[in-house]
Amino acid sequence: MSIKKLKGWALATAAGAATMFASAAHAVEIEYWQYFFDARVTAMEKLIANFEASNPDITVKMTTFPYADYRTKVAAAIPAGEGPDVVQLFYGWLNDYVEAQLIQPLPADVFAPAQIEADFFPMVQAMRAGDNYWALPTAVRSLSLFYNERLFEEAGITEPPKTLDEMVAAAKKLTKRDGAGNLTQVGITAGMNAQDHHWFREVLVRQFGGDPYLDDYKTVNYNSDAGRKALDFYTGLVKKDEVTAFGFMDEPQAAFKAGRAGMHIDGSFRIGSLKKTRGLKWGVTELPAGPDGTRSNYSSYWVNAITTKAEGEKYDAAVKFMQYVTSDEAMQIWLDVVGELPAKPSVGMTDANANDPVFGPFIRGLAYAHTTKFVNESAQRQVLMDMVQRVDIQGQSVADSLTEAAAAEQKLLDDYYASN
Amino acid sequence: MYNNLSIRQKQIVWAWAFLAIPVLFYVVIRFYPTANAILISFQNWNLLGSRTWAGAENYIKLFNDPVFWQVFRNTFVYLLLGTPISLVISFIIAYHLDQLRFMHGFLRMLYFLPFMTSAVAMAWVWRWFYQPVPIGLFNNFLASVGIPQVEFLRSTTNALPSVLAPAVWAGLGFQIIIFMAGLRAIPRSYYEAARIDGVSTWTVLWEITLPLLKPTIVFIVVFSSIGFLRIFDHVFNMTTNDPGGPLNSTEPLVLMIYDTAFNGFDMGYAAAQTVVLFVVLLLVSLLQLRILRDR
Repeated sequence: MSIKKLKGWALATAAGAATMFASAAHAVEIEYWQYFFDARVTAMEKLIANFEASNPDITVKMTTFPYADYRTKVAAAIPAGEGPDVVQLFYGWLNDYVEAQLIQPLPADVFAPAQIEADFFPMVQAMRAGDNYWALPTAVRSLSLFYNERLFEEAGITEPPKTLDEMVAAAKKLTKRDGAGNLTQVGITAGMNAQDHHWFREVLVRQFGGDPYLDDYKTVNYNSDAGRKALDFYTGLVKKDEVTAFGFMDEPQAAFKAGRAGMHIDGSFRIGSLKKTRGLKWGVTELPAGPDGTRSNYSSYWVNAITTKAEGEKYDAAVKFMQYVTSDEAMQIWLDVVGELPAKPSVGMTDANANDPVFGPFIRGLAYAHTTKFVNESAQRQVLMDMVQRVDIQGQSVADSLTEAAAAEQKLLDDYYASN
Repeated sequence: MYNNLSIRQKQIVWAWAFLAIPVLFYVVIRFYPTANAILISFQNWNLLGSRTWAGAENYIKLFNDPVFWQVFRNTFVYLLLGTPISLVISFIIAYHLDQLRFMHGFLRMLYFLPFMTSAVAMAWVWRWFYQPVPIGLFNNFLASVGIPQVEFLRSTTNALPSVLAPAVWAGLGFQIIIFMAGLRAIPRSYYEAARIDGVSTWTVLWEITLPLLKPTIVFIVVFSSIGFLRIFDHVFNMTTNDPGGPLNSTEPLVLMIYDTAFNGFDMGYAAAQTVVLFVVLLLVSLLQLRILRDR
């Protein structure tokens, strides 16, 4: 921030504070809730300060809760007329919140659907129901391939892999075993418990020519030729190419942090903790392209929405606040403070952001990312974990295990949509 | 009116006045939620919306859920392995520790230490012990002497005993202390009489020590059975990457309840599981009290 800007900002804040005191009697206070995560709280404090400076008649009070209690608290507070006017929620929860009438649609005159679809990255369209958007993100996350630069150098690999074939070839060079044949370093980490289940669903299945779901994610469709090829490739990393082991060093990210893994697929939220890991030199590249050059990615995000509690002048204030937290300025602040990616190409695709060595690959991935509409993410993840374990531990065939998994996941979806 | 009461009646009034606080506390903190949980088990509720009546639907679903039966079996494996093993080990240790004078206090402390340790910390340390090469302590040792690795946690057969072992170890300290108190409570004169009669050590153990320890054994069996039936923290922390896995082979009932309630947000179904757990705990405890009570 330049001195001039800083001065202007300070002036604005001071002026804002002055008018706030002057018009204290007319001040509207709205409440904002999110779960507690240090960087997100800092970023939101900054956004609130900026917002209050330009809207002196509105004050925003932020309350945070531990992640584990969050949903319960929100559910208990809003029907009682307490709690937030603007609330943060995971995109996968939207349906439940709409059904329970905890949130209200964003006004179409301010948040015109056509405009949103032109401004935001395409996966945000999952937040539209009927003629309205119900919630919008400030920031989004996507996946990339992290690689260990030291290990790459040691193995004589000059550039990060661009395709799955190149990735497997590199992984073979990076794998190390001890005298007894036990793995001591893996080429690439593997484990459905981490981000690999997203990689499988939205990336590998598509790259082998399939479409993982049909009917707006209500029908499982990966029990196909493409799905079998994808699972064959994935379990083949362990069984055929022998470049990794499931559960190596307990957790994929632990193996990568310890410098015992050449490559690792993870989300943009991992950047912060990797930056803090001493002695680890790492780079990021886009997820490798499939055999026919298809690229895909998975994106998830937290959104903000206006609750049904907000009425009258609080509602107007909440709309203004929503406008600000989805503005370009807010997104840049969020990227700088939290490291989460902007939800609009106008901010993400600036030269500085899209070519950033760390954020760039993630942001470029957003252009072709998909967002799975989960009904119960942890249960659906469990299905894929079990699928791989049946192949890995029990020696079931890839085709049978895939069929079983598809049936199990379809049952979860059917049960959910039958009762909602 | 108070003045008209007899002394006995006044005593009762005062007793109730003092009892009112704990009674109120129990009603609000225990009985009301318990009754509510039973009610929710007949309803559908996702924590956000309104509750809708479901009848016996949740119980029928539970009965037809293969995962539930697997979990049910696991829970009883924890109980049927954990309780006897920990009972025998803690008795053997307490029996010998009781006769030992050298460093008695220090040894007792060593056995008691795991009981005071946080289950979470202990579970994580053991989880790392069990890992394959290069970070697992046990497997590194095996590999260094040329024995093939053992898959402790990534196996459907080995995982449950592996998770159970630290849980048994953690409970030992408490059981040893109780056993030692029980042993001390047996009058010396019985042993002296037995010695004068020239009875063998085995007979002393079978005829004097164990029968007189019966109340202690009942207490420990009931206490540790309840503990193993609601085992959660060890399992959850040792398998956080795949809670209750692999392939549900370590999942106990409490973990299934937790997962259904706070990941699936299916409170009615979770409450039905809770009611089943409640009934199981009740039956097991009653059964044990009945079997082990003096005839």
